Amino acid sequence: MTTAPEIGSSRKRSEDARLITGKTQWTDNIQLPGMCYVAFLRSPHAHARITNIDVSPAKGRTGVIAAFAGQDFADEQGALPCAWPVTEDMVHPDYLPLAINEVRFVGEPVAIVVARDRYAAADALEAIEVDYEPLPPVLDMEEALKEGADLVHGDKGTNKTYTWVFEQGDNEAAWRDAPVVIERRYIQQRLIPSAMEPRAVVVAPVGDEYTMWSATQVPHILRTVLSVITAIPEQKIRVIAPDVGGGFGSKIGVTAEEVVLMLAARRLGRPLKWTESRSEGNLTVHHGRDQIQDIAIAADRDGKLRGLRVKLLADMGAYLRLVGPGVPLLGAFMYNAIYKMDALSFTCSGVFTNKTPTDAYRGAGRPEATYAIERLMDELAVELNLDPIEVRRRNWIKHEEFPYTTIAGLTYDSGNYEAATEKALQAFEYDKLRAEQADRRERGDPVQLGIGISTYTEMCGIAPSRVLGQLNFGGGGWEHASVRMLATGKVEAVIGTSPHGQGHDTTMAQIIADKLGVPWEDVKVLHGDTATSHKGLDTYGSRSLAIGGVAVVNACDKVLEKAKRAAAHLMEASEQDIEFANGAFSVRGVAESSLPIQDVAFAVNLAHNLPDGMEPSLDSDATFDPENFSYPHGTHLCAVDVDTETGFVKIRKYVAVDDVGKVINPLIVDGQVHGGLAQGIAQALYEEGVYDADGNLTTTTLADYLVPSAPDLPTFHTDRTETPATTNPLGVKGVGEAGTIASTPAVVGAVVDALRPLGINDVRMPCTPERVWQAIKDARGGAS
Amino acid sequence: MIPAEFSYVRPSTVDEAVAALSGAGEDAKVLAGGQSLMPLLRLRLALPEVLVDLDRVDEMREIRDEGDNVFIGAMATHYNVIRDPLVPALVAKTTATVADPAVRHRGTFGGSLAHADPAGDLPAVMLALDATMVARSPRGSRDIPAADFFVDYLTSALEPDELLVGVRVPKLGDDWGFHYEKFHRTAQSWAVVGVAAAVQRSNGTVGAARIGLTNMGPYPIRASAVESAASGGPASADAFRSAAEAAAEATDPPSDLNGSADYRRHLARVLTARALTAAATV
Repeated sequence: MTTAPEIGSSRKRSEDARLITGKTQWTDNIQLPGMCYVAFLRSPHAHARITNIDVSPAKGRTGVIAAFAGQDFADEQGALPCAWPVTEDMVHPDYLPLAINEVRFVGEPVAIVVARDRYAAADALEAIEVDYEPLPPVLDMEEALKEGADLVHGDKGTNKTYTWVFEQGDNEAAWRDAPVVIERRYIQQRLIPSAMEPRAVVVAPVGDEYTMWSATQVPHILRTVLSVITAIPEQKIRVIAPDVGGGFGSKIGVTAEEVVLMLAARRLGRPLKWTESRSEGNLTVHHGRDQIQDIAIAADRDGKLRGLRVKLLADMGAYLRLVGPGVPLLGAFMYNAIYKMDALSFTCSGVFTNKTPTDAYRGAGRPEATYAIERLMDELAVELNLDPIEVRRRNWIKHEEFPYTTIAGLTYDSGNYEAATEKALQAFEYDKLRAEQADRRERGDPVQLGIGISTYTEMCGIAPSRVLGQLNFGGGGWEHASVRMLATGKVEAVIGTSPHGQGHDTTMAQIIADKLGVPWEDVKVLHGDTATSHKGLDTYGSRSLAIGGVAVVNACDKVLEKAKRAAAHLMEASEQDIEFANGAFSVRGVAESSLPIQDVAFAVNLAHNLPDGMEPSLDSDATFDPENFSYPHGTHLCAVDVDTETGFVKIRKYVAVDDVGKVINPLIVDGQVHGGLAQGIAQALYEEGVYDADGNLTTTTLADYLVPSAPDLPTFHTDRTETPATTNPLGVKGVGEAGTIASTPAVVGAVVDALRPLGINDVRMPCTPERVWQAIKDARGGAS
Repeated sequence: MIPAEFSYVRPSTVDEAVAALSGAGEDAKVLAGGQSLMPLLRLRLALPEVLVDLDRVDEMREIRDEGDNVFIGAMATHYNVIRDPLVPALVAKTTATVADPAVRHRGTFGGSLAHADPAGDLPAVMLALDATMVARSPRGSRDIPAADFFVDYLTSALEPDELLVGVRVPKLGDDWGFHYEKFHRTAQSWAVVGVAAAVQRSNGTVGAARIGLTNMGPYPIRASAVESAASGGPASADAFRSAAEAAAEATDPPSDLNGSADYRRHLARVLTARALTAAATV
């Protein structure tokens, strides 16, 4: 009997019942005997010297166990790490978990209260006395780089942390006498990741050993870094990421709160818990994007690209976070996107400001790059009076040209931009919508139609360890999995990736089910606990399937190899004559011979009759370190209605044709695309972290920081082409970030396209109704 | 949610509620559906000493026909209001735009009026319909016309010991049409500007028009100049557009993240024309 393959099956996610009902172990649900609660006192100033701090009045409050200021941990709180020193001379100021002499952003923690309940802890915060001497805040990147500017870190003498330069090809030749040159400035606004579950941390000390539960994406990295910072030996720290409610990059850091809870738990010998409020989270979870992009393109009159020049300013905020400086560099390799060109020049300067530090947020560097190049391709089409699809077609890598080494030096292994684009155009009814657009322009319809295009690619599945080393990244990029068959023939898999909503329980089980020929329901996937998952590098950069999934395959292969040896022994046949199909071994040519793999597992576990030297369990460990990134791509088309009287933008149609290689679970892939689109559309139309002139974040609640929900989004038309990756045995590419990377330029491009007849060539993100209205008003010379 | 400490009273009749409120002094807050108050408590922007929770005062949930008026109990939830056929169309239509289903199931009609948020949708409707707020205190019952009820930003005419028990909403005849034009950035967010319009139609002309504006000042206001300009004129989109030019007169809109005062004035004009046109054609 042949069973239907699990790979390719739209299994409903096995983890969803517990996640959706909340009947599971979130960090905040954990209750331990004697546990106390921590509240953080945070700076109300963007920049100030702390002239005095006295926590003693808080200690007298009802229910308060202890209160600490930064000075109390001066000898043990190491600086929070930045693992990506992108240049040798990078300016890297200390980032203390609890500030001591100076605060540099609103929300920076300065003291904590530990109390018997969270109410008492919150109440006692107001008793702490802090005297601040305000210093001038640095809030604008360009101002910050001027001679004589106020400094975020006075002792460093500069607000610039690094300048990273990347030159490829003959730039001089590409720009010399270029017939077409287009220059634009785009602003990537600051975004605030809004995971459904806020951050939460519990630390339980037992003797000199510590267990930390944290709503984190990176339990393994967290354990290693905590050990380095606190000097607690790594083997005495166990980190558990229980079910985690979303991350989008915001939970890849090693945060002040995690370190401070560890130190306070050690000091007090008590279990401690901290859970942030949404407002606290908006202030202190790392922010994303926030770049000024000056981008220029040189082309021939036929639309063929010659060269691309990119100058970035990237706002680091007040300190360098775990991988913050490297985020714009991930974009450096993506500005050329799917296009062939002769030269690329990229320069990025990281700038300190008195704002919340920035770091990776879904897409991390690639959304910014994709936005800029796709917007610029539209500008080129307008300049040359070509259809924007045509100008892309004239430049993209043709399917027969793969593998193709781009001007940025990456080798794209596979892709078919023609096929994805053709499928998208048909589903979108592109020609029909263009005709309607022309008609509405002709009629002067107050509601104008705009069409936006994004023929994106991205690099994900981060990453080959060797490449990370070349980029000075302080970690590897391999992944690990263990697969074991239990005595009853059921399967446990331990993975090193750490899901926080992606559905690894389901996807990994599907892969294992096919590899071992066992029912999908028989597989249990374990993760997120350094005591059970002893090796791993966690989940970010769309790496879990493209790297972790391959580690699972490798582990299954090892299990099968051992099972085959055992089966040969049990069936008294030569190993060369043993075949495996549909979960059973058979002897070639012996019709009725069949030994289910579960029976082999049982026999190996019994160990009564094993081949000489075979160890008595059917299990294996495997790792995978990729040779290359994976390069998903696709074509997204967006139609918007722009109400020129109010400036309101309504997405009317959205078609996403993605090529993420081989698909394990189409339902999960669709879910990733839907969520990604929502986040990319959010940047285009809704979300922005806004600071006032004093450096106060004014978008601290979800009433001010507008996250769109289902009623604000159209029905997405998703489809796929399937060009397998050639760099891993599953043929898979990452899908976690693709939707976010692709959608922002498609939406803004559509808004601008709607307004193009008015002479408008940009609307700053997010394209709020007022910004659109203002752009129209300005274009009409002040009349609305 | 980690509010500051407060004491908590949960009466089950209006009399008990009035007694609890008057005994609680100046720093008491009435908790109805909690959809506005709970966030304020959470952010410690409201620090009441006593919370009087009306959740068990079932008599305040009633919606009843009083002849020329419909009486809507203050504790009727938005969901009740939307579903009850007695509720006047403009009230029901507007309520259907409030926030999201979860909020509409908890949030109450009276709570959103007593909160007197200028960005709330219902105050402008009460104003446009000349509704009467009915308040109770130890001194007895008091009728407060909507025009006198909304005093300032988050401030109503209720005395500290007065409880809003319900609202009398006048019924308008079949010759009236209604529309609430709400402009907001996301489905769940507050109105940047909202326009409540009631138009009396007779043979292609406008008998009378009533217009209430949401979020065009610290409290809701009537667009009186537009009402006068539209009344007696033709019930046409062009006429409404021209009348609506006066929509921003005497307004004092805020400037915030969702829009500048200038933009809100512009929106008031555009949305008023749309609201009148829609009301006249329904």
